[in-house]
Amino acid sequence: MSRAIALIDGNSFYCSCERVFDPKLARVPVIVLSNNDGCAIARTAEAKALGIKMGDPWFKIRQQCQREGVRVFSSNYTLYGDMSARTNAVYRDFSPAVEIYSIDESFLDLSDVRDRDRVALARDLRSTVRAWTGIPTCVGIGPTKTLAKLANHIAKTIPDLDGVCDLTDPVAYDHWLCRISVAEVWGIGRASLAKLIGLGVDTVADLRDLDPRPVRKAMTVVGERIIYELRGLACLPLELMPAQRKGCAVTRSFSRRITERETLEQAVATHATRLGEKLRRGGLGTTHVSIFYHTSEHDRGDPMRSISTTVTLPEATNDTLALIKAAQAGVARTWREAPGDRPWRYSKAGVVTTDLKLLEDAPRALIGQLDRERSAPLMAAMDACNARFGRGSVVPARAGPTEKRTWSTKFDMRSPRYTTQVTELPTAHC
Amino acid sequence: MKLLQIAELPPHSASTVRIPIQGAALCAGFPSPADDFLEGSLELPRWLAPNPPATFAWNISGDSMRGAGIFDRDLAVADRSLKPGNGSVVVAIVDGTMSLKRLVIEGNVARLAFDNPDLPAFAVEDLIEGEIWGVVRFSIRWHVARAGLVR
Repeated sequence: MSRAIALIDGNSFYCSCERVFDPKLARVPVIVLSNNDGCAIARTAEAKALGIKMGDPWFKIRQQCQREGVRVFSSNYTLYGDMSARTNAVYRDFSPAVEIYSIDESFLDLSDVRDRDRVALARDLRSTVRAWTGIPTCVGIGPTKTLAKLANHIAKTIPDLDGVCDLTDPVAYDHWLCRISVAEVWGIGRASLAKLIGLGVDTVADLRDLDPRPVRKAMTVVGERIIYELRGLACLPLELMPAQRKGCAVTRSFSRRITERETLEQAVATHATRLGEKLRRGGLGTTHVSIFYHTSEHDRGDPMRSISTTVTLPEATNDTLALIKAAQAGVARTWREAPGDRPWRYSKAGVVTTDLKLLEDAPRALIGQLDRERSAPLMAAMDACNARFGRGSVVPARAGPTEKRTWSTKFDMRSPRYTTQVTELPTAHC
Repeated sequence: MKLLQIAELPPHSASTVRIPIQGAALCAGFPSPADDFLEGSLELPRWLAPNPPATFAWNISGDSMRGAGIFDRDLAVADRSLKPGNGSVVVAIVDGTMSLKRLVIEGNVARLAFDNPDLPAFAVEDLIEGEIWGVVRFSIRWHVARAGLVR
């Protein structure tokens, strides 16, 4: 038995989630837009056939969508996250080791499955996921993650394969590698692609046959690793435990331009609140909070301003109130009233930390110690309320009530949260 | 991902499962965009929902399934891992609409039928016209107003 890794992913995952609960979306073009309804981030085959590209801005394709009857949705991440958790629960029935790589892709270890049973198992997995969750998928199998990813690409592009492609047999993949452009290889970005073309590399097979050592010079150890992975030598293990976070960021574009200090303060307080929640979930703390805010590069002719500043805390913390205080200090330090009558129109703000450590291991400050003993139960109570009664049930006054925020992310065309809200369940008629 | 041995599972997990088992913040590749939007999933006891990833709740609207004991404004819980058979109550797609029907199989003919003694018997449709979405495992009926239904 040889090492076998499968990459399974949902076809047009966000659109497929929408289709599960709305039969009127079957066989019609569907797209899902990014935060603030910015651009297309998921498209069904029907929408792709109309020429809608990944990342097309909504304002550019709006008329075409109306004309051609494309069904358009704001992103409903509550639904997609829930459906993703469901698909992964099914994957875990098929493999003891599952790495959730992204919201719609997972690596499965199939090394324990006999070679001749592997494709049948992959077909069974695919049809079970489809039956239980309604999500169509494709499976690629290979001796390494990079080959599994490539196999998945082949499974998606060649309809005859019926959604499963097994490249564990070197004889089988030799046939494919010289037919696929090197641009399809996992980890080859635009910069590396240019370098590879310079080296005369055209197909995946060309890349595989390169001497890895000079490549290491041009494309670092990452490039070298890709070559070995394409030769079937595994360099990338399954990451079953995500590495401890080193940094954490909460950044958002405003749904409108911001000119008032009060609104900016509310926004960074909101982001700091979310940052606190994220840190507490990992038991992490931070001693530095950076905040940034800037105008938009799209507003040509308007006065531009981009601010970034770091506030140091006396000791590591994940107390939302301490983080908010730090974020507010950052705004106080950098806020300027515009000279003249044209104010800066800010488009985005964020709160970032880069020095996370486990709070229990963090040294206490000698001077200016924060009241960790009192803040921990308060934060725990706040998190418990928000978990039980829904996000934003309890917020620090500085962040302002959720429903009164006029600047927060827009989801004008969002579908109901079909699977997590009792009040938004889908309806069946009889 | 936090792996738990069965022996380590907290005591309440034996009786309550989350649908589905939450996969919060587990992406090894890059952070999930859903991270900021995850919500506590609907909780059902394990003995009612043995297969959480395949279990979905539906609001019911209409009276054509009274014979099955399902009434307007009830809640039906469908398990997509159940195989439909003769007599199954199913959520089905009929004419592009989600409907609740009784599956009737006679010989090699399958039909999606109403189940309401007040409706005419001919009010049935061939399965060819419909597609089964999931089999209803159980339904919930409120005996007080649903208005106060807050978690």
